[in-house]
Amino acid sequence: MIIGESGSGKTVLIRCMVGLNDVDSGEVLFNGRNFYNLDFKGKKEIRKEIGMLFQGGALFDSKTVEENVVFPLSMFTDLSESEKRDRANFCLKRVNLANANNLFPAELSGGMKKRVAIARAISVQPKYLFCDEPNSGLDPKTSIVIDSLIKEITEEYNITTVVITHDMNSVVENGDNIMFIYKGEKWWEGNKEEILKTDNLEAQDFVYATKFMKELRKKL
Amino acid sequence: MKLFFHFGRYFILIKRTFGRPEKLSIFRSRIFEEINNLGIGSLGIVAIISVFIGAVITIQSAFNFSNPLVPIYAVGVAVRDSMILEFSPAIISLILAGKIGSSIASEIGTMRVTEQIDALEIMGINAPGYLIQPKIIAAMLFSPILVIFSMFLGILGGYVFGLLSGVVTNYEFVLGITYQFRPFNVVYALIKGVVFAFIFASVPAYHGYYTKGGSLEVGRSSTKGVVYSSVLILAFDLILTQLLLA
Repeated sequence: MIIGESGSGKTVLIRCMVGLNDVDSGEVLFNGRNFYNLDFKGKKEIRKEIGMLFQGGALFDSKTVEENVVFPLSMFTDLSESEKRDRANFCLKRVNLANANNLFPAELSGGMKKRVAIARAISVQPKYLFCDEPNSGLDPKTSIVIDSLIKEITEEYNITTVVITHDMNSVVENGDNIMFIYKGEKWWEGNKEEILKTDNLEAQDFVYATKFMKELRKKL
Repeated sequence: MKLFFHFGRYFILIKRTFGRPEKLSIFRSRIFEEINNLGIGSLGIVAIISVFIGAVITIQSAFNFSNPLVPIYAVGVAVRDSMILEFSPAIISLILAGKIGSSIASEIGTMRVTEQIDALEIMGINAPGYLIQPKIIAAMLFSPILVIFSMFLGILGGYVFGLLSGVVTNYEFVLGITYQFRPFNVVYALIKGVVFAFIFASVPAYHGYYTKGGSLEVGRSSTKGVVYSSVLILAFDLILTQLLLA
Protein backbone atom coordinates (compact mmCIF):
# COMPACT_ATOMS: atom_id res chain seq x y z
CA MET A 1 0.00 0.00 0.00
CA ILE A 2 1.19 3.48 -0.81
CA ILE A 3 -0.07 6.21 1.47
CA GLY A 4 0.62 9.91 1.75
CA GLU A 5 -0.93 13.35 1.75
CA SER A 6 -2.67 14.78 -1.31
CA GLY A 7 -0.05 16.08 -3.72
CA SER A 8 2.75 13.97 -2.26
CA GLY A 9 3.22 12.07 -5.54
CA LYS A 10 1.33 8.81 -5.00
CA THR A 11 -0.59 8.92 -8.26
CA VAL A 12 2.51 10.02 -10.19
CA LEU A 13 4.36 7.05 -8.68
CA ILE A 14 1.69 4.53 -9.65
CA ARG A 15 1.42 6.04 -13.15
CA CYS A 16 5.21 5.64 -13.50
CA MET A 17 4.93 2.06 -12.29
CA VAL A 18 2.41 1.17 -15.00
CA GLY A 19 4.16 3.19 -17.69
CA LEU A 20 1.60 5.99 -18.10
CA ASN A 21 4.17 8.62 -17.07
CA ASP A 22 7.82 8.59 -18.10
CA VAL A 23 10.40 8.35 -15.34
CA ASP A 24 13.29 10.80 -14.97
CA SER A 25 15.53 8.16 -13.37
CA GLY A 26 15.32 4.73 -11.75
CA GLU A 27 13.87 1.41 -12.80
CA VAL A 28 10.45 -0.24 -12.77
CA LEU A 29 10.98 -3.99 -12.60
CA PHE A 30 8.31 -6.55 -13.44
CA ASN A 31 9.71 -9.95 -12.57
CA GLY A 32 13.23 -8.71 -13.37
CA ARG A 33 12.24 -6.93 -16.60
CA ASN A 34 12.85 -3.18 -16.56
CA PHE A 35 9.73 -1.70 -18.13
CA TYR A 36 11.46 1.42 -19.42
CA ASN A 37 14.21 -0.54 -21.18
CA LEU A 38 11.74 -2.55 -23.22
CA ASP A 39 10.62 -1.82 -26.78
CA PHE A 40 6.95 -1.23 -27.67
CA LYS A 41 6.28 -4.97 -28.05
CA GLY A 42 7.90 -5.80 -24.73
CA LYS A 43 5.97 -3.07 -22.93
CA LYS A 44 2.78 -4.35 -24.52
CA GLU A 45 3.46 -7.85 -23.21
CA ILE A 46 3.91 -6.50 -19.67
CA ARG A 47 0.81 -4.35 -19.96
CA LYS A 48 -1.22 -7.44 -20.74
CA GLU A 49 -0.20 -8.71 -17.30
CA ILE A 50 -1.40 -5.52 -15.61
CA GLY A 51 -4.87 -4.69 -14.40
CA MET A 52 -5.61 -1.21 -13.15
CA LEU A 53 -8.43 0.23 -11.13
CA PHE A 54 -8.59 3.99 -11.74
CA GLN A 55 -9.89 6.52 -9.23
CA GLY A 56 -13.03 7.24 -11.28
CA GLY A 57 -13.35 3.71 -12.64
CA ALA A 58 -12.42 4.80 -16.20
CA LEU A 59 -15.18 2.66 -17.67
CA PHE A 60 -15.91 3.18 -21.37
CA ASP A 61 -19.06 5.23 -21.11
CA SER A 62 -20.41 4.31 -24.55
CA LYS A 63 -20.32 0.60 -23.67
CA THR A 64 -22.56 -1.36 -21.32
CA VAL A 65 -21.20 -3.06 -18.19
CA GLU A 66 -20.93 -6.39 -20.02
CA GLU A 67 -19.26 -4.80 -23.04
CA ASN A 68 -16.74 -3.12 -20.73
CA VAL A 69 -15.75 -6.45 -19.23
CA VAL A 70 -15.78 -8.24 -22.60
CA PHE A 71 -13.63 -5.52 -24.23
CA PRO A 72 -10.13 -6.70 -23.13
CA LEU A 73 -11.14 -10.29 -23.94
CA SER A 74 -12.13 -9.23 -27.47
CA MET A 75 -8.84 -7.42 -27.94
CA PHE A 76 -6.48 -10.07 -26.62
CA THR A 77 -8.11 -13.48 -26.78
CA ASP A 78 -9.59 -15.66 -29.48
CA LEU A 79 -12.54 -16.73 -27.36
CA SER A 80 -15.91 -17.13 -29.05
CA GLU A 81 -18.68 -14.62 -28.31
CA SER A 82 -20.40 -17.01 -25.90
CA GLU A 83 -17.13 -17.84 -24.12
CA LYS A 84 -16.40 -14.13 -23.70
CA ARG A 85 -19.89 -13.53 -22.33
CA ASP A 86 -19.51 -16.46 -19.93
CA ARG A 87 -16.17 -15.10 -18.69
CA ALA A 88 -17.67 -11.60 -18.29
CA ASN A 89 -20.64 -13.00 -16.37
CA PHE A 90 -18.28 -14.99 -14.14
CA CYS A 91 -16.21 -11.87 -13.36
CA LEU A 92 -19.29 -9.74 -12.74
CA LYS A 93 -20.70 -12.41 -10.45
CA ARG A 94 -17.38 -12.50 -8.63
CA VAL A 95 -17.70 -8.78 -7.83
CA ASN A 96 -21.36 -9.25 -6.84
CA LEU A 97 -22.79 -7.49 -9.89
CA ALA A 98 -24.71 -10.30 -11.52
CA ASN A 99 -27.67 -8.28 -12.82
CA ALA A 100 -26.07 -5.15 -14.19
CA ASN A 101 -24.89 -6.45 -17.60
CA ASN A 102 -26.99 -4.11 -19.72
CA LEU A 103 -26.56 -0.95 -17.69
CA PHE A 104 -24.36 1.92 -18.88
CA PRO A 105 -21.70 3.41 -16.57
CA ALA A 106 -23.79 6.59 -16.20
CA GLU A 107 -26.51 4.47 -14.57
CA LEU A 108 -24.17 3.00 -11.93
CA SER A 109 -23.30 4.21 -8.44
CA GLY A 110 -19.68 4.96 -7.50
CA GLY A 111 -19.24 1.59 -5.78
CA MET A 112 -20.77 -0.29 -8.71
CA LYS A 113 -18.42 1.47 -11.14
CA LYS A 114 -15.43 0.37 -9.07
CA ARG A 115 -16.72 -3.19 -9.00
CA VAL A 116 -17.18 -3.22 -12.80
CA ALA A 117 -13.64 -1.82 -13.14
CA ILE A 118 -12.35 -4.66 -10.93
CA ALA A 119 -14.29 -7.19 -13.02
CA ARG A 120 -12.77 -5.72 -16.20
CA ALA A 121 -9.28 -5.79 -14.68
CA ILE A 122 -9.52 -9.44 -13.62
CA SER A 123 -11.21 -10.66 -16.81
CA VAL A 124 -7.82 -11.24 -18.48
CA GLN A 125 -6.31 -12.76 -15.31
CA PRO A 126 -3.59 -10.18 -14.63
CA LYS A 127 -0.45 -10.87 -12.61
CA TYR A 128 -0.38 -7.35 -11.18
CA LEU A 129 -3.26 -5.19 -10.02
CA PHE A 130 -2.79 -1.46 -9.43
CA CYS A 131 -5.51 0.46 -7.62
CA ASP A 132 -5.54 4.25 -7.51
CA GLU A 133 -7.58 5.26 -4.45
CA PRO A 134 -10.15 2.49 -4.82
CA ASN A 135 -12.35 3.84 -2.05
CA SER A 136 -12.25 7.56 -2.78
CA GLY A 137 -15.72 9.05 -2.98
CA LEU A 138 -17.35 5.99 -1.42
CA ASP A 139 -19.25 5.71 1.85
CA PRO A 140 -17.44 3.80 4.65
CA LYS A 141 -19.52 0.65 4.17
CA THR A 142 -18.95 0.47 0.42
CA SER A 143 -15.26 1.25 1.00
CA ILE A 144 -14.98 -1.85 3.18
CA VAL A 145 -16.75 -3.94 0.50
CA ILE A 146 -14.32 -2.74 -2.19
CA ASP A 147 -11.29 -3.26 0.08
CA SER A 148 -12.42 -6.79 0.95
CA LEU A 149 -13.02 -7.55 -2.70
CA ILE A 150 -9.52 -6.38 -3.68
CA LYS A 151 -8.03 -8.46 -0.85
CA GLU A 152 -10.02 -11.56 -1.77
CA ILE A 153 -9.12 -11.27 -5.45
CA THR A 154 -5.43 -10.73 -4.62
CA GLU A 155 -5.37 -13.93 -2.57
CA GLU A 156 -7.64 -15.95 -4.83
CA TYR A 157 -5.74 -15.23 -8.07
CA ASN A 158 -2.34 -14.97 -6.37
CA ILE A 159 -1.61 -11.56 -7.86
CA THR A 160 0.57 -8.69 -6.68
CA THR A 161 -1.60 -5.72 -5.78
CA VAL A 162 -0.46 -2.16 -5.25
CA VAL A 163 -3.04 0.14 -3.67
CA ILE A 164 -2.86 3.89 -3.24
CA THR A 165 -5.08 5.11 -0.46
CA HIS A 166 -5.82 7.84 2.05
CA ASP A 167 -8.11 5.60 4.01
CA MET A 168 -6.43 4.61 7.30
CA ASN A 169 -9.09 2.00 7.98
CA SER A 170 -8.06 0.27 4.78
CA VAL A 171 -4.37 0.60 5.71
CA VAL A 172 -4.83 -0.85 9.19
CA GLU A 173 -6.98 -3.71 7.84
CA ASN A 174 -5.07 -4.71 4.71
CA GLY A 175 -1.61 -3.10 4.74
CA ASP A 176 0.80 -6.03 4.46
CA ASN A 177 3.51 -3.73 3.12
CA ILE A 178 3.04 -0.01 3.55
CA MET A 179 5.05 2.82 2.05
CA PHE A 180 4.53 6.39 3.23
CA ILE A 181 5.37 9.06 0.66
CA TYR A 182 6.17 12.58 1.76
CA LYS A 183 6.93 15.44 -0.65
CA GLY A 184 7.63 13.06 -3.50
CA GLU A 185 10.00 10.79 -1.56
CA LYS A 186 9.73 7.48 0.24
CA TRP A 187 9.65 8.55 3.88
CA TRP A 188 8.75 5.42 5.76
CA GLU A 189 8.17 1.72 5.07
CA GLY A 190 6.71 -1.03 7.22
CA ASN A 191 3.58 -3.07 7.86
CA LYS A 192 0.19 -2.43 9.47
CA GLU A 193 1.42 -3.19 13.01
CA GLU A 194 4.51 -1.02 12.66
CA ILE A 195 2.74 2.00 11.22
CA LEU A 196 0.67 2.47 14.39
CA LYS A 197 3.85 2.60 16.45
CA THR A 198 6.05 4.56 14.10
CA ASP A 199 8.21 7.33 15.52
CA ASN A 200 8.49 9.04 12.14
CA LEU A 201 6.90 12.44 12.77
CA GLU A 202 5.48 13.04 9.30
CA ALA A 203 4.06 9.51 9.16
CA GLN A 204 2.59 9.97 12.64
CA ASP A 205 0.97 13.25 11.55
CA PHE A 206 -0.64 11.48 8.63
CA VAL A 207 -1.73 8.33 10.46
CA TYR A 208 -3.15 10.14 13.48
CA ALA A 209 -4.71 13.05 11.61
CA THR A 210 -8.31 12.11 12.45
CA LYS A 211 -9.93 12.28 15.87
CA PHE A 212 -10.77 8.59 15.67
CA MET A 213 -7.14 7.64 15.13
CA LYS A 214 -6.03 9.97 17.91
CA GLU A 215 -8.41 8.18 20.28
CA LEU A 216 -7.04 4.86 19.06
CA ARG A 217 -3.51 6.03 19.74
CA LYS A 218 -4.36 6.78 23.37
CA LYS A 219 -5.54 3.20 23.78
CA LEU A 220 -2.37 1.72 22.25
CA MET B 1 8.55 27.66 -30.85
CA LYS B 2 5.12 26.51 -29.73
CA LEU B 3 4.18 25.95 -33.37
CA PHE B 4 7.12 23.55 -33.83
CA PHE B 5 6.17 21.76 -30.61
CA HIS B 6 2.60 21.18 -31.84
CA PHE B 7 3.81 20.29 -35.32
CA GLY B 8 6.20 17.65 -33.96
CA ARG B 9 3.72 16.24 -31.48
CA TYR B 10 1.02 16.06 -34.16
CA PHE B 11 3.26 13.99 -36.45
CA ILE B 12 4.30 11.69 -33.60
CA LEU B 13 0.61 11.12 -32.85
CA ILE B 14 -0.14 10.45 -36.53
CA LYS B 15 2.73 7.93 -36.63
CA ARG B 16 1.28 6.14 -33.59
CA THR B 17 -2.21 6.39 -35.06
CA PHE B 18 -1.22 4.48 -38.16
CA GLY B 19 0.44 1.66 -36.22
CA ARG B 20 -0.73 -1.89 -36.90
CA PRO B 21 -4.29 -2.46 -35.55
CA GLU B 22 -4.61 -4.89 -32.62
CA LYS B 23 -7.24 -7.05 -34.28
CA LEU B 24 -8.43 -6.70 -37.87
CA SER B 25 -12.00 -7.78 -37.13
CA ILE B 26 -12.38 -5.12 -34.43
CA PHE B 27 -10.67 -2.54 -36.62
CA ARG B 28 -13.10 -3.26 -39.48
CA SER B 29 -16.13 -2.95 -37.24
CA ARG B 30 -14.74 0.33 -35.77
CA ILE B 31 -14.42 1.76 -39.32
CA PHE B 32 -18.04 0.86 -40.13
CA GLU B 33 -19.13 2.33 -36.79
CA GLU B 34 -17.33 5.59 -37.60
CA ILE B 35 -18.66 5.68 -41.18
CA ASN B 36 -22.11 5.49 -39.66
CA ASN B 37 -21.39 8.16 -37.02
CA LEU B 38 -19.35 10.61 -39.06
CA GLY B 39 -20.44 10.00 -42.66
CA ILE B 40 -24.04 8.85 -42.74
CA GLY B 41 -24.83 11.18 -39.84
CA SER B 42 -23.68 14.12 -41.98
CA LEU B 43 -25.80 13.37 -45.06
CA GLY B 44 -28.73 15.45 -43.79
CA ILE B 45 -26.83 18.68 -43.17
CA VAL B 46 -24.84 18.30 -46.41
CA ALA B 47 -28.07 17.80 -48.36
CA ILE B 48 -29.85 20.83 -46.88
CA ILE B 49 -26.90 23.19 -47.31
CA SER B 50 -26.07 22.00 -50.85
CA VAL B 51 -29.63 22.38 -52.15
CA PHE B 52 -30.00 25.90 -50.77
CA ILE B 53 -26.54 27.06 -51.88
CA GLY B 54 -27.18 25.68 -55.40
CA ALA B 55 -30.46 27.60 -55.48
CA VAL B 56 -28.87 30.82 -54.22
CA ILE B 57 -26.00 30.61 -56.74
CA THR B 58 -28.56 30.18 -59.56
CA ILE B 59 -30.60 33.21 -58.55
CA GLN B 60 -27.55 35.40 -57.83
CA SER B 61 -25.89 34.41 -61.12
CA ALA B 62 -29.07 35.17 -63.08
CA PHE B 63 -29.24 38.57 -61.35
CA ASN B 64 -25.59 39.35 -62.17
CA PHE B 65 -25.77 38.04 -65.75
CA SER B 66 -28.56 40.42 -66.73
CA ASN B 67 -26.26 41.86 -69.40
CA PRO B 68 -27.64 40.77 -72.83
CA LEU B 69 -24.08 39.96 -73.97
CA VAL B 70 -23.84 37.14 -71.42
CA PRO B 71 -25.91 34.12 -72.48
CA ILE B 72 -28.41 32.92 -69.87
CA TYR B 73 -26.96 29.37 -69.95
CA ALA B 74 -23.95 30.89 -68.12
CA VAL B 75 -26.10 30.49 -65.01
CA GLY B 76 -25.81 26.70 -65.39
CA VAL B 77 -22.04 27.00 -65.95
CA ALA B 78 -21.70 29.16 -62.81
CA VAL B 79 -23.71 26.76 -60.66
CA ARG B 80 -21.81 23.71 -61.95
CA ASP B 81 -18.34 25.20 -61.54
CA SER B 82 -19.06 26.83 -58.16
CA MET B 83 -20.43 23.59 -56.78
CA ILE B 84 -17.78 21.27 -58.23
CA LEU B 85 -14.68 23.41 -57.84
CA GLU B 86 -15.22 25.04 -54.49
CA PHE B 87 -18.47 24.58 -52.66
CA SER B 88 -18.79 20.79 -52.49
CA PRO B 89 -15.19 20.00 -51.54
CA ALA B 90 -14.13 23.07 -49.55
CA ILE B 91 -17.20 24.70 -48.00
CA ILE B 92 -18.75 21.35 -47.12
CA SER B 93 -15.43 20.34 -45.50
CA LEU B 94 -15.45 23.56 -43.47
CA ILE B 95 -18.97 22.77 -42.31
CA LEU B 96 -17.95 19.19 -41.50
CA ALA B 97 -14.91 20.50 -39.62
CA GLY B 98 -17.42 22.22 -37.32
CA LYS B 99 -19.79 19.28 -37.03
CA ILE B 100 -17.46 16.27 -37.08
CA GLY B 101 -14.34 18.04 -35.77
CA SER B 102 -15.99 19.25 -32.60
CA SER B 103 -17.54 15.84 -32.03
CA ILE B 104 -14.17 14.06 -32.46
CA ALA B 105 -12.28 16.51 -30.21
CA SER B 106 -14.88 16.41 -27.46
CA GLU B 107 -15.26 12.62 -27.59
CA ILE B 108 -11.52 11.97 -27.37
CA GLY B 109 -10.98 14.85 -24.92
CA THR B 110 -13.64 13.47 -22.57
CA MET B 111 -12.07 10.02 -22.81
CA ARG B 112 -8.72 11.59 -21.90
CA VAL B 113 -9.92 13.52 -18.83
CA THR B 114 -11.97 10.57 -17.54
CA GLU B 115 -8.89 8.29 -17.83
CA GLN B 116 -10.54 6.05 -20.45
CA ILE B 117 -7.51 6.54 -22.74
CA ASP B 118 -5.21 5.60 -19.85
CA ALA B 119 -7.33 2.48 -19.34
CA LEU B 120 -6.78 1.54 -23.00
CA GLU B 121 -3.02 2.13 -22.71
CA ILE B 122 -2.84 0.02 -19.54
CA MET B 123 -4.50 -2.85 -21.38
CA GLY B 124 -1.64 -2.68 -23.90
CA ILE B 125 -3.82 -1.17 -26.63
CA ASN B 126 -2.39 1.50 -28.93
CA ALA B 127 -5.01 4.12 -28.00
CA PRO B 128 -4.47 6.46 -31.00
CA GLY B 129 -4.63 3.45 -33.32
CA TYR B 130 -7.84 2.22 -31.74
CA LEU B 131 -9.58 5.60 -31.37
CA ILE B 132 -8.26 7.91 -34.07
CA GLN B 133 -7.27 5.70 -37.01
CA PRO B 134 -10.83 4.43 -37.73
CA LYS B 135 -12.15 8.02 -37.58
CA ILE B 136 -9.58 9.29 -40.09
CA ILE B 137 -10.06 6.34 -42.43
CA ALA B 138 -13.86 6.58 -42.20
CA ALA B 139 -13.76 10.34 -42.92
CA MET B 140 -11.42 9.86 -45.90
CA LEU B 141 -13.45 6.97 -47.31
CA PHE B 142 -16.78 8.73 -46.94
CA SER B 143 -15.64 12.19 -48.03
CA PRO B 144 -15.77 11.47 -51.81
CA ILE B 145 -19.34 10.19 -51.36
CA LEU B 146 -20.33 13.37 -49.51
CA VAL B 147 -18.62 15.56 -52.12
CA ILE B 148 -20.41 13.88 -55.03
CA PHE B 149 -23.70 13.89 -53.09
CA SER B 150 -23.26 17.63 -52.46
CA MET B 151 -22.41 18.38 -56.12
CA PHE B 152 -25.46 16.49 -57.33
CA LEU B 153 -27.87 18.10 -54.85
CA GLY B 154 -26.40 21.59 -55.32
CA ILE B 155 -26.85 21.44 -59.09
CA LEU B 156 -30.31 19.87 -58.65
CA GLY B 157 -31.26 22.60 -56.17
CA GLY B 158 -30.10 25.25 -58.64
CA TYR B 159 -32.04 23.60 -61.44
CA VAL B 160 -35.30 23.26 -59.47
CA PHE B 161 -35.22 26.77 -57.96
CA GLY B 162 -34.07 28.24 -61.30
CA LEU B 163 -37.10 26.76 -63.03
CA LEU B 164 -39.49 27.62 -60.18
CA SER B 165 -38.35 31.25 -60.07
CA GLY B 166 -38.31 31.49 -63.86
CA VAL B 167 -34.76 32.91 -64.10
CA VAL B 168 -33.63 30.10 -66.40
CA THR B 169 -35.29 27.55 -68.67
CA ASN B 170 -34.77 23.82 -68.62
CA TYR B 171 -32.89 23.92 -71.95
CA GLU B 172 -30.58 26.78 -70.90
CA PHE B 173 -29.70 25.25 -67.53
CA VAL B 174 -28.94 21.81 -68.99
CA LEU B 175 -26.90 23.44 -71.75
CA GLY B 176 -25.00 25.41 -69.12
CA ILE B 177 -24.12 22.47 -66.90
CA THR B 178 -22.88 20.43 -69.86
CA TYR B 179 -21.07 23.29 -71.63
CA GLN B 180 -17.29 22.63 -71.88
CA PHE B 181 -17.43 20.27 -68.92
CA ARG B 182 -13.99 19.11 -67.68
CA PRO B 183 -14.17 15.73 -65.90
CA PHE B 184 -10.83 16.53 -64.22
CA ASN B 185 -12.64 19.16 -62.14
CA VAL B 186 -14.51 16.34 -60.39
CA VAL B 187 -11.24 14.48 -59.74
CA TYR B 188 -9.75 17.73 -58.38
CA ALA B 189 -12.76 18.13 -56.07
CA LEU B 190 -12.48 14.54 -54.83
CA ILE B 191 -8.74 14.93 -54.12
CA LYS B 192 -9.49 18.09 -52.14
CA GLY B 193 -12.30 16.33 -50.27
CA VAL B 194 -10.03 13.45 -49.20
CA VAL B 195 -7.22 15.79 -48.06
CA PHE B 196 -9.65 18.00 -46.15
CA ALA B 197 -11.24 14.93 -44.53
CA PHE B 198 -7.80 13.91 -43.22
CA ILE B 199 -7.41 17.42 -41.78
CA PHE B 200 -10.84 17.72 -40.14
CA ALA B 201 -10.53 14.26 -38.59
CA SER B 202 -6.89 14.34 -37.46
CA VAL B 203 -6.46 17.92 -36.19
CA PRO B 204 -9.41 17.83 -33.74
CA ALA B 205 -8.34 14.31 -32.71
CA TYR B 206 -4.90 15.72 -31.85
CA HIS B 207 -6.42 18.48 -29.72
CA GLY B 208 -8.75 16.03 -28.00
CA TYR B 209 -5.99 13.50 -27.35
CA TYR B 210 -3.77 15.98 -25.54
CA THR B 211 -6.55 17.57 -23.46
CA LYS B 212 -5.53 18.19 -19.86
CA GLY B 213 -7.92 19.17 -17.07
CA GLY B 214 -11.69 18.91 -17.02
CA SER B 215 -14.83 19.77 -18.94
CA LEU B 216 -13.78 23.36 -19.59
CA GLU B 217 -10.58 22.17 -21.29
CA VAL B 218 -12.56 19.63 -23.33
CA GLY B 219 -14.63 22.56 -24.66
CA ARG B 220 -11.44 24.52 -25.41
CA SER B 221 -9.90 21.56 -27.24
CA SER B 222 -13.04 21.22 -29.28
CA THR B 223 -12.96 24.91 -30.28
CA LYS B 224 -9.23 24.76 -31.07
CA GLY B 225 -9.74 21.62 -33.16
CA VAL B 226 -12.43 23.30 -35.26
CA VAL B 227 -10.54 26.60 -35.67
CA TYR B 228 -7.19 25.05 -36.60
CA SER B 229 -8.70 22.48 -38.94
CA SER B 230 -10.73 25.23 -40.68
CA VAL B 231 -7.63 27.40 -41.16
CA LEU B 232 -5.66 24.39 -42.47
CA ILE B 233 -8.48 23.49 -44.88
CA LEU B 234 -8.38 27.01 -46.32
CA ALA B 235 -4.58 26.93 -46.60
CA PHE B 236 -4.59 23.52 -48.29
CA ASP B 237 -7.42 24.67 -50.56
CA LEU B 238 -5.09 27.33 -51.91
CA ILE B 239 -2.10 24.96 -52.14
CA LEU B 240 -4.05 22.20 -53.90
CA THR B 241 -5.69 24.63 -56.30
CA GLN B 242 -2.29 26.02 -57.23
CA LEU B 243 -0.86 22.51 -57.65
CA LEU B 244 -3.74 20.93 -59.54
CA LEU B 245 -5.31 23.71 -61.58
CA ALA B 246 -2.70 26.38 -62.19
